[in-house]
Amino acid sequence: MRSPESQQMPRRPAAPPRAPVTRIAAAVALTSALSACNTVVLKPAGDVAQQQGDMVVIATVLMLLIIVPVIAATLFFAWHYRASNKQAKYEPDWDHSTQLELLIWAAPLLIIICLGALTWVGTHLLDPYRTIGRIDAKTPITAADKPLEVEAIALDWKWLFIYPEQGIATVNELVVPENRPLHFRITASSVMNSFYIPELAGQIYAMPGMETRLNAVFNKTSAETGHDFDGFSANYSGAGFSGMHFAVRSVKADEFSGWVSGVKAGGAKSAGALDTKTYLALEKPSENVAAMQYASVEPKLYSRIVDMCVEPGKMCMSEMMAIDARGGLGKAGIRNVQMLTYDKHGREAAKEGTENPDQAVRKELAWVRALCKQDPGAVRDSTVHAPADKSSLTGFGLKAPQSLSRAEDDIQSTPAHPSKISRN
Amino acid sequence: MAIEAVDHSHWSPLLGRLWWDAIPPDPIVWVTFAAVMMGGLALVAGLTYFKVWGYLWKEWFTSVDHKKIGIMYMILGIVMFVRGFADAIMMRLQQAIAFNGSEGYLPAHHFDQVFTAHGVIMIFFAAMPFVTGFMNYVVPLQIGARDVSFPFLNNFSFWMTTSGAVLIMASLFIGEFGQTGWLAYPPLSGIAYSPYVGVDYWIWSLQIAGVGTLLSGVNLICTIVKMRAPGMNMMKMPIFTWTALCTNILIVAAFPVLTAVLCMLSLDRYLGFDFFTNDFGGSAMMYVNLIWIWGHPEVYILILPCFGIYSEITSTFCGKRLFGYTSMVYATMVITILSYIVWLHHFFTMGSGASVNSFFGITTMVISIPTGAKLFNWLFTMYRARIRFELPMMWTVAFMVTFTIGGMTGVLLAVPPADFVLHNSLFLIAHFHNVIIGGVVFAVFAGINFWWPKAFGFKLHRGFGLVSFWCWVVGFYFAFMPLYVLGLMGVTRRTRVFHDPSLQIWFVIAAIGAAIIAVGIAAFIAQIAFSIWKRKELACGGDPWDARSLEWSTTSPPPHYNFAFTPVVHDIDAWTDMKRCEVEAPKSGFLPIHMPKNTGAGIILGGIATVFGFAMIWHIWWLSAITFLGMIGYAIFHTFNYDRDYHIPADEVAATEAAAHGQPLPAGA
Repeated sequence: MRSPESQQMPRRPAAPPRAPVTRIAAAVALTSALSACNTVVLKPAGDVAQQQGDMVVIATVLMLLIIVPVIAATLFFAWHYRASNKQAKYEPDWDHSTQLELLIWAAPLLIIICLGALTWVGTHLLDPYRTIGRIDAKTPITAADKPLEVEAIALDWKWLFIYPEQGIATVNELVVPENRPLHFRITASSVMNSFYIPELAGQIYAMPGMETRLNAVFNKTSAETGHDFDGFSANYSGAGFSGMHFAVRSVKADEFSGWVSGVKAGGAKSAGALDTKTYLALEKPSENVAAMQYASVEPKLYSRIVDMCVEPGKMCMSEMMAIDARGGLGKAGIRNVQMLTYDKHGREAAKEGTENPDQAVRKELAWVRALCKQDPGAVRDSTVHAPADKSSLTGFGLKAPQSLSRAEDDIQSTPAHPSKISRN
Repeated sequence: MAIEAVDHSHWSPLLGRLWWDAIPPDPIVWVTFAAVMMGGLALVAGLTYFKVWGYLWKEWFTSVDHKKIGIMYMILGIVMFVRGFADAIMMRLQQAIAFNGSEGYLPAHHFDQVFTAHGVIMIFFAAMPFVTGFMNYVVPLQIGARDVSFPFLNNFSFWMTTSGAVLIMASLFIGEFGQTGWLAYPPLSGIAYSPYVGVDYWIWSLQIAGVGTLLSGVNLICTIVKMRAPGMNMMKMPIFTWTALCTNILIVAAFPVLTAVLCMLSLDRYLGFDFFTNDFGGSAMMYVNLIWIWGHPEVYILILPCFGIYSEITSTFCGKRLFGYTSMVYATMVITILSYIVWLHHFFTMGSGASVNSFFGITTMVISIPTGAKLFNWLFTMYRARIRFELPMMWTVAFMVTFTIGGMTGVLLAVPPADFVLHNSLFLIAHFHNVIIGGVVFAVFAGINFWWPKAFGFKLHRGFGLVSFWCWVVGFYFAFMPLYVLGLMGVTRRTRVFHDPSLQIWFVIAAIGAAIIAVGIAAFIAQIAFSIWKRKELACGGDPWDARSLEWSTTSPPPHYNFAFTPVVHDIDAWTDMKRCEVEAPKSGFLPIHMPKNTGAGIILGGIATVFGFAMIWHIWWLSAITFLGMIGYAIFHTFNYDRDYHIPADEVAATEAAAHGQPLPAGA
């Protein structure tokens, strides 16, 4: 195949087109400008975010292979074939070349095949639901690396973090040990938010009545980088959205246990115990909330938040669904509406049910109420496990993605209702 | 910190929720209102003084002529574009100053409305009217037709779109607009979290305008399929017509999804349904899926006709046949189909499994292949060409460079792991402005400069055009490249107040860029005004660009009936072919031409629809019922209007043609 480029090159020594020079200058200027500011997405403090940032760079470089020649050719053709350049060849009826057509479809296709393969592997390996397989590029996970569980709840307009193992909770403050896997379970109380700590890992939505997950790890302490990390909601959620920031501190392991005992002992930021009543007060809309700490947390509070039954007298969604699965409450189910109503009253918590004067109705109501234990169901464990053996990812003995990505036997046997699993 | 909740629970049978508390508590809005009122009164007074109301009514508002409707769409687009741009400037200013403890000058209630309105207006009421306007004006001329298939429906479609625009403008002064972002994700847009009228304005303006868009789509598909000139088989259609066909297929297949999802949200908000609520089994994720099943095709609805515009301009100003016509057509069709199977890339972060995310990521990347092929086709059209750098061609080259960058960042965002760190960030904002401004807006300016002589018989002034061009291109890079950087710094969209002072410089640069673009817009308006003033000097023949497709074979501006005789087509570049064969316009043998008659039904129905939407928004039930029945009744009544067509006598056609060809002959003829 003849190279079309060799045909179009002018035979005389052409002056170098000005545009590419300006472009190089612009690129250099841009690079230096970028290095001057903190592009956290490309240089984060966590291994997961680092791999995601690398993905940005790799994909960009791969695409520049075709983008740069296209832009250069556009500018060159525009300049060379200008009407005033009578020396340039002019072929008004040339409108087809099978070789060129092949080239212009095949070249992008090849790049997309490469990028597609990278995407397939990268998306599976960096799935936020997947437990991490390594602490950093050199350190694989061992059995001793037990993840720290954190339950993150987006409220209007602040973040609540519950540490279930430590039995403490914080608002707008997240302190975690470095080099230890972090396992976040994420939900929201009212509207959609997105849980995002750019230094740690990519974001994932926080949605009411559902749970999403994030697995990640910090490889640096905040002290090493000289500043606290920033965490925030990355999905607009109403008037107080801009103030939904929280400070993230990555600390040494011993410093972390010290901090936990400090929270338990109660310090300047302490707001006492987090029980149902405190939570319901906290859940009400507020803006730019200062960091708070709770020395203790009522058990199962997080599950009741996900199940939308924190408020006394509310039936858990999973209870109702279990009843429905057994055939429902029949006519008496009508009496149940108020017990299930979650957000009809807006950002003010739902009001108590009014007493009905009708004796029969009251009896039915009492019966329905008796069914309600306010006992949240277990959320199905949708964890995806890190692959023990990555050889299949390189194409050797490639298994079906299903068997690769999901350890089915690990899924808990507790039946849970599907609505709580936000995976489609 | 306590939230000041304004109680808007007032309701009366007569006025619904409309009460004194509907006046926005915001001095910026009052000043705007005063200015708009004075401007509006001056306009009305002027129109009355010069006695042009009758002319406007008879010749424009009730016109079923596709050319006039096309021009009215463009005017609507320009007006709404200026409104949307005002919102943009307000955001840029707020974000440039809200640092170091400053709250900026916009409270959350106002800022959140501004970014919501900016998105809605720019997509639905600026870009869509522009695109529909071009298709309306150009398609029938390009295929040698005398009008669209359903001329009254066309007029009705325009007025329904305008009705939506009127409602959204009304929300500025009466009540509020949505504070939800342009796609109004529930539960935030549900009645529980957005109890006042903002989201209802959003619902009804889109629902009413959507009727117009859908009907216009049906109309244009029918026109393209049924009304092509003899000899113009599908593979001889001009590329712009091809892209218009694909766009309208997208409209007809995608807009009903929007209608349905808006209906479901309305049922949630008005009748207590639970499609998208948190409780009773509602699923907000379902809404997000549905809105993007419409939303992704929508972006191709906007960009495809623009690709068509660039194709026409490239081959015209290169003086050369379009390279790879066939692959261009197939690329357009592939994009049309693929655009339906990529929607999930708008929410990789919602918790789908890795396999689902990869599938949608890869389908998205695959779209870049036909898009890339198109770019190469324009590139090789420029190869061995004689490129005349008139304004439309300059916009096209700027597009090719800018859009390539935007396409690259788009493919980058299609890689799910990359999207996890860039989703909802200013990088995303930079990306889609890069493709929408670089693709759609540049095409609008290219197209206006290109077809203006067709519509009015004189060129637009080059000097002002150059100022507008350079300000836009330079302004665009200043305004949006900093946003890419901010995205890489982890800055999220829709943020009103910032905590990190090191970000400020980038926002200031972006604000300067927006100011440069403002000069570009001013220059564009000045270009139009100046050109109209100097129209005698700028007058040109019927074919000032030595163009190639059929619309240039008739006079400029075209007669009411477009073509005295239906042209016969032998080649893709039909007009070039005619010029080559020295085909002359016939001078005799004219026949009476059958034409549709103007009707006021479109504007009347559009007017009633506006009142209906307003009544629904404010819960004025009696008025809603009356206007709804009124619309149905009037539409039925209109079907009994048998006085809907007439014949232009042969003498009149002969006279018009003689007068037209008394003009200097087209340059290329």
